[in-house]
Amino acid sequence: MEERPISDISYRQFLEEGKFMGSKCDKCGKVYVPPRHFCMECGSSDMRWHEMKGEGELAAFTCVFVAPPYMVELGYNRKNPYCTGVINLPEGTRMVARIEGVDASKPESIKIGTPMKVDFIKQGEGEKARTFLAFRPAS
Amino acid sequence: MSNKRKIGRGVAIVGAGMSKFGMFPDKDSKDLFAEAFSEMIASVDKGFDPADIQAAWIGNFSNDFFVHQAHWGPIIADLVGITPKAVTRTEGACASSTLAMRDGLMAIASGMYDIVLAGGVEEMSKCTTEEVTEGLALATSPYEGDAGYTFPGVFGALATAYFHKYGAGREHLMNITIKSHENAPLNPKGQFQQTIRDLMEARKAKAAKKGEPVPEWADEKEALFDPRFNPPVAWPMHLYDCCPISDGASCILMVAEEIAKNFTDKPIYIVGFGQGSGRGLHACPSLTSFEANKQAAAEAYGMSGLTPKDIQFAEVHDCFSIAELIHIEDLGFFGEGEGYKAIAEGETRREGRMPINTSGGLKCKGHPVGATGTAQMYEVWKQLRGEAGERQIPGRDLYIGATQNLGGTGGTCTFTIFERR
Ligand SMILES: [Zn+2]
Repeated sequence: MEERPISDISYRQFLEEGKFMGSKCDKCGKVYVPPRHFCMECGSSDMRWHEMKGEGELAAFTCVFVAPPYMVELGYNRKNPYCTGVINLPEGTRMVARIEGVDASKPESIKIGTPMKVDFIKQGEGEKARTFLAFRPAS
Repeated sequence: MSNKRKIGRGVAIVGAGMSKFGMFPDKDSKDLFAEAFSEMIASVDKGFDPADIQAAWIGNFSNDFFVHQAHWGPIIADLVGITPKAVTRTEGACASSTLAMRDGLMAIASGMYDIVLAGGVEEMSKCTTEEVTEGLALATSPYEGDAGYTFPGVFGALATAYFHKYGAGREHLMNITIKSHENAPLNPKGQFQQTIRDLMEARKAKAAKKGEPVPEWADEKEALFDPRFNPPVAWPMHLYDCCPISDGASCILMVAEEIAKNFTDKPIYIVGFGQGSGRGLHACPSLTSFEANKQAAAEAYGMSGLTPKDIQFAEVHDCFSIAELIHIEDLGFFGEGEGYKAIAEGETRREGRMPINTSGGLKCKGHPVGATGTAQMYEVWKQLRGEAGERQIPGRDLYIGATQNLGGTGGTCTFTIFERR
């Protein structure tokens, strides 16, 4: 039984530990990721942690060529774009995540509907080291 | 429920002004607002003394970030000489000045004030492109930032979802860009005044002058498919899908309906308003629509008793080409998945059945984010009064127009309907 408070801070701690965690409503069973304080279906605040299956399907994506400063620091730029997307999850929800294992410089090769599995990418040095939620093609 | 909202007493616009939009190293926010305010005062047909303004609302997204100065209410109050009266800053990302109008609308409708100034200002060009990208990304949803989304990135993702669902492609978004650039030369206040053809010719001339190979493009789309002319920003959003970085200001003068004729014989009445809130990509109900738009539209149509068929033309928030396409469907001007076909047939051109963004839109007019909402209203004011000059919608008696203003990545959407009686 996971006792950490339901919060974005806890959610990010889990990511650092290689866990993709959402919250599940105790009353109606609806699952949310990132976790929510209140259930949007029934209004309950009885939420508990729920480990996501880590599977899904690519629903939308973009390949970023003009990157914000924190991604430029990680080495991304016009010549080295990165892909980020939206994943439809079997739990009946969606999540935004970095997309690995695709060629971001060839966006036409990336297909919506591709089965995906979760991945955790560690980037940055020292105090800036962080784990990002990512998905990659399942096969 | 939402379609029962009413305006307590009528509100009319009796003056409007905007600065030129562009990148101005030698002008600051006060200079820009002064320019808009001067035109607004001059636009009041029967004359107006600024001392009669009873309160003001000023939209500003993030001058705090862009020029390290916050708290713009009193600065603008002092600029236009209405201290010590109340001037409040509103923030709703790119919809900030529509929220200023909304506060003014509610203040007059409630009976609290009779004469109100609403406007907005933003000063962005003193930052680098990377800094602006970071500054704008402050208005995405938090999880999008974690996943590396930029503003264009969020809209790029929506575009891939739209393409997949309806079978559209980049060539359809190009029709929007080409159309906006057709209107651009007709708007002297806009940031860009060239058609895509003009820009292609300029590029060719530059290449010839430098002794480089001169590009050969059969038409606009061939140029727009050429990454040397139109490089990717956040695929499928390319440079020409994106609005520019801009400085500018705009404002309107709003008064109670019963005194409107003291100011002009041609007031423009605000007959419907709606505003909605939306969630990030992970939680929104559809990747090809903005839930906040649907809420805003339902409220504004319900309040006005009008339907999408009654709207004769509109300014919509084309921060990115795909946004214009989604908006015209969300607002009911075209069916879901039908907008791109209507655009391809020219229906949103100035001469078309439903002119969209006669001003050139954010793409060409520019997008100083806090100034955009009331600048859209400036265009509707001009068109409804028959004062839009060369870009006046031809051959139509205009009496109903609308503006749709989006903040962030759809977190705030507004829809406002205007009427000339
Ligand atoms: Zn529940």
